[in-house]
Amino acid sequence: MRNPLSEKIVNIKPSGIRKFFDIASEMKDVISLGVGEPDFDTPWHIRDEGIYSLEKGRTFYTSNSGLMELREEICKYIKRRCDITYDPKSDVIITVGGSEAIDIAMRAMLDPGDEVLIPQPSYVSYEPCAVLAGGKPVIIELKNENEFKLTGDELLEAITDKTKILVMPFPNNPTGAMMTRDELKDIARICVEKDIFVLSDEIYSELTYSGDHCSIASLPGMQERTILINGFSKGFAMTGWRLGYACGPAQIIAQMTKIHQFCIMCAPTTSQYAAVEALRNGDKDVALMRESYDQRRRFLMNEFREMGLPCFEPYGAFYVFPCIKEFGMTSEEFAFALLDAKRLAVVPGSAFGDSGEGFIRISYAYSIEKLKVAMGRLREYVEELRSR
Amino acid sequence: MRERILNYIEKNSRVDLKELAVLLGTTEAEITQELSDMESEGIICGYHTLIDWDKVTTDRVNALIEVRVTPQRGHGFDDIAQRIYKYPEVNATYLISGGYDLLVSLEGKTLKEVSSFVSQKLSTLENVISTTTHFVLKKYKDHGTILNADTTDERMIMTP
Repeated sequence: MRNPLSEKIVNIKPSGIRKFFDIASEMKDVISLGVGEPDFDTPWHIRDEGIYSLEKGRTFYTSNSGLMELREEICKYIKRRCDITYDPKSDVIITVGGSEAIDIAMRAMLDPGDEVLIPQPSYVSYEPCAVLAGGKPVIIELKNENEFKLTGDELLEAITDKTKILVMPFPNNPTGAMMTRDELKDIARICVEKDIFVLSDEIYSELTYSGDHCSIASLPGMQERTILINGFSKGFAMTGWRLGYACGPAQIIAQMTKIHQFCIMCAPTTSQYAAVEALRNGDKDVALMRESYDQRRRFLMNEFREMGLPCFEPYGAFYVFPCIKEFGMTSEEFAFALLDAKRLAVVPGSAFGDSGEGFIRISYAYSIEKLKVAMGRLREYVEELRSR
Repeated sequence: MRERILNYIEKNSRVDLKELAVLLGTTEAEITQELSDMESEGIICGYHTLIDWDKVTTDRVNALIEVRVTPQRGHGFDDIAQRIYKYPEVNATYLISGGYDLLVSLEGKTLKEVSSFVSQKLSTLENVISTTTHFVLKKYKDHGTILNADTTDERMIMTP
């Protein structure tokens, strides 16, 4: 029999989290700080709107690009939060989570051999999506001393004649890094100068703890070369609803819509109705969740200080990224040993790229009570390692 | 800062002050100062415990009583409200807009205590026109807390 599989697919590495997941889910009494989704339930008024839409029998496809009502709300929301003007008729597409938007943006824009710059550590799907779209991922290794932000020099060094897209994953999963307007200006200037498009994944934009998020698309000359990706999963605690969106130049959105139309048809209708409610009346829920995340963030930073575990202060998302290099173990070894010895699950930084080696990702999408127990276990472990 | 402290302790007044300082990004000294200021200014009026008494005993009942009264010239409802809330049995008294005037809450009493309070004390007050007593059959949510909430974490143990 012939090999049934595509070589391209087989050669893509599975996510580094998988084997951890398998081991940790077999163990008893495990406390996990390994989850990349909010611990809050979707605010009730949003769920209620979803239920109501079902009651009213809104169980059919929507248009390919999504409900016009939702696209309009998204444009209003982006106007109010980022001061960028998009046309709901042509510049927006509703997708199945931010993940689908990443995938179809790359497929709409890449030709074989086009290079995609991917700063790492970052979310695990950019690299495989670039490969699947026929592009060539080029990794930029972000550095701890820059607090895992992308600098102009790092960007310039990675650019070649083939560079087409720069992925901007900020606020960042797994490091929690966010970039300020001034820092983004440098990057934007280079992108304009070198004629590079930006895929800006802003899924954590609502979760920043030191000033508001700035979208790179709002900088001069950038709107026409940026695909802004966002969604409802993180800010509104709606991961399971699978709803995201992309905004950008009409000609790119039109091609993305073509792929979406053939592969997906449309994003889930119930979720779209719920999302309209989220954007209309959800600001105060987001503010409450943000305040709660910020308290946990401060709590963890204080714990690390007391443990003497070096960690730069992250101001975005719900992750901290402490350094474990002092123990002379790889991130994976550390994470496995911690799981084994203390039943505490964290994600090795190396799962998010080689430059995450020597770090672990700790999620604070957990209650303070749970974080307290977890930090107790981590502290014990760190002290045991040091006294060896 | 005051509002942030209040928002936190409204849900958890037993928090360790050193820990609260960390959570709010300030010093323990500032928290202590603000708390004692707010206590003396009457902003913080007490620290209570939310108890699901149904799990402890079965003979406590709670009642909400609608009271219609005749307001008095020069004093409005305040005097009659005071005559009611001064009774130690009364847990809360509110002036209400709508079909009646005062809402009086009695907590943790026996059925007998409630009925004798209403029939012998409340209804006999001068200016009280009528009362309607409602017994609470079940508490689902109190002080923003869902009683008997199911709090299992249904997320997968690890996700990217």
